Amino acid sequence: MKLRAIAINTFKEAVRNKIYYLLIAFGIVFAFSSRLVSLLTLGDQVRVLKNVGLASINFFSVLIAIFTGINLIYKEIDKKTILNIMSKPISRRDFILGKFLGLSYTLLVALVSMATVFLLFLLISTGDIDWNILVYFCLLYFELLIIISISLVFSSFSTPILSSIFTINLYLIGHVLWTFNEFKTRLVEPITRIIIYLIYYILPNLEKFNLRDQIVSNEKINPMIVLTSILYALVYIAAMLTLAILIFNKREFK
Amino acid sequence: MKALEIRDLRKSFRSNFLFKKYEILKAININVEKGQIYGFLGPNGAGKTITIKCILGLLFPDSGQILINNKPATNPEIRQILGFLPEYPFFYDYLTAKEFLHFSAMLFSIPSKKASEVSKKLIKQVGLEGKENIKLKNFSKGMLQRIGFAQALINDPDIVILDEPFSGLDPIGRKELRDIVIALKNSGKTVFFSSHILQDMELIADKVGIIFNGNIIKEGKLSDLVSHSVQYYDVIFSNIDKKKVEANKINFVCRDESYIVRCQDINTMNNIIEFVILNKGKILSVTPIKMTLEDIFLKEIK
Repeated sequence: MKLRAIAINTFKEAVRNKIYYLLIAFGIVFAFSSRLVSLLTLGDQVRVLKNVGLASINFFSVLIAIFTGINLIYKEIDKKTILNIMSKPISRRDFILGKFLGLSYTLLVALVSMATVFLLFLLISTGDIDWNILVYFCLLYFELLIIISISLVFSSFSTPILSSIFTINLYLIGHVLWTFNEFKTRLVEPITRIIIYLIYYILPNLEKFNLRDQIVSNEKINPMIVLTSILYALVYIAAMLTLAILIFNKREFK
Repeated sequence: MKALEIRDLRKSFRSNFLFKKYEILKAININVEKGQIYGFLGPNGAGKTITIKCILGLLFPDSGQILINNKPATNPEIRQILGFLPEYPFFYDYLTAKEFLHFSAMLFSIPSKKASEVSKKLIKQVGLEGKENIKLKNFSKGMLQRIGFAQALINDPDIVILDEPFSGLDPIGRKELRDIVIALKNSGKTVFFSSHILQDMELIADKVGIIFNGNIIKEGKLSDLVSHSVQYYDVIFSNIDKKKVEANKINFVCRDESYIVRCQDINTMNNIIEFVILNKGKILSVTPIKMTLEDIFLKEIK
């Protein structure tokens, strides 16, 4: 019940903030603009429609994840609302988990809203729905969960500005991390090789969750890849939450 | 039985520069009996809030022990019997008063139906009836203090900890909340409250601990601290010729038609009264002037 209380409150906090709706609205507007872009493009218009639409939803849902995520704990400490919460019989672990669950739900609502509008739009525009898009949104959701778990770690000890810089950088690196894999095979020196190995395995490999190219080009999606990606996400999230709890356990509230 | 016991509590902070440690609490000892109203008195920066935060697990002590009902305060579950009102009532401003109380109730695992009943009762008790559906961002400081009070009592706590509960309230609000504190004591609860307002202490505290520079410099029952400290007696009389009074070498101050004599001890006071009766004067008043908490406080911190 305590965990639920924190989760519900986190959700309420997010949905009572106008920025949340603004970002969802932008996501939908940009997804609609894909129609405009497709009309201006030569060749496969459906392909452009999907590509631009999915990219827009991806971009705005990541924005919601980062900016709501980093404010989560910092705001509680900065506004001193944490004093009231932590003076109640709730463990710091439950507080972090509650925050994570609340934000997960907030993102789910945002993503489902944008995805539903986009799918309807796609149906009206093309007369058909590519159900693989649901797999895309499912993996995107797991990517968002990784992002909020990372932002929770940073926001448990750092300021929002630093947390957003760290999280955005990790997000960007996460999408080019596969290059490290290519890179490490070319390295000869063992120490540099170990470092690159460590970076490759410690940082989040977010490209695992990007199926846009396959969806756009109507390629068949391998269920094993989807399952391993979800498993990877779960392990990564568990690790990040454990780290956030460990940091938060040491934190004092002056 | 002790409701709250603090033994040799020490807390220091590192400054940002050079990492030098500053000791804020220096081996604090506090004993609060069950059913007592304990006033934790001290000037700003003495360490009152830090002590309270250590009790609640918001700060980690360097050393020492904090026991709540003889159990270590380090276990979050012990806070099930605690109610707390922070110094600054910063609560979630996007919630309504009712939602906020429900949220607080959930943190104590209070079932929804019971939470509704208790919230309704508390909203009435703190004088916020009719305002339960207003968002907290539209509340004044006094109203926030009241809702803060309500959330501190949501779990029907055995021990209520209030950090500067009367600051920011108008005289009526202070009186009402003082009455709530007294009602809590009457229902067997223990109240530990910090304040730098001496008047509040004198009016409601059973026991007082004075903290200064991180040390408890005085602790005791208010009645003991104050009753042993009659400083002098003021005798006011009239209907006696001024020359007669002067002839008896009495030091007095004249006000209108009366004389005010300050007697340093009980014998002098008796002599003055005898003199007035013998000379067929009229005793208007005899007032023992006790040492106030303010006098004790100022004397101790010097």
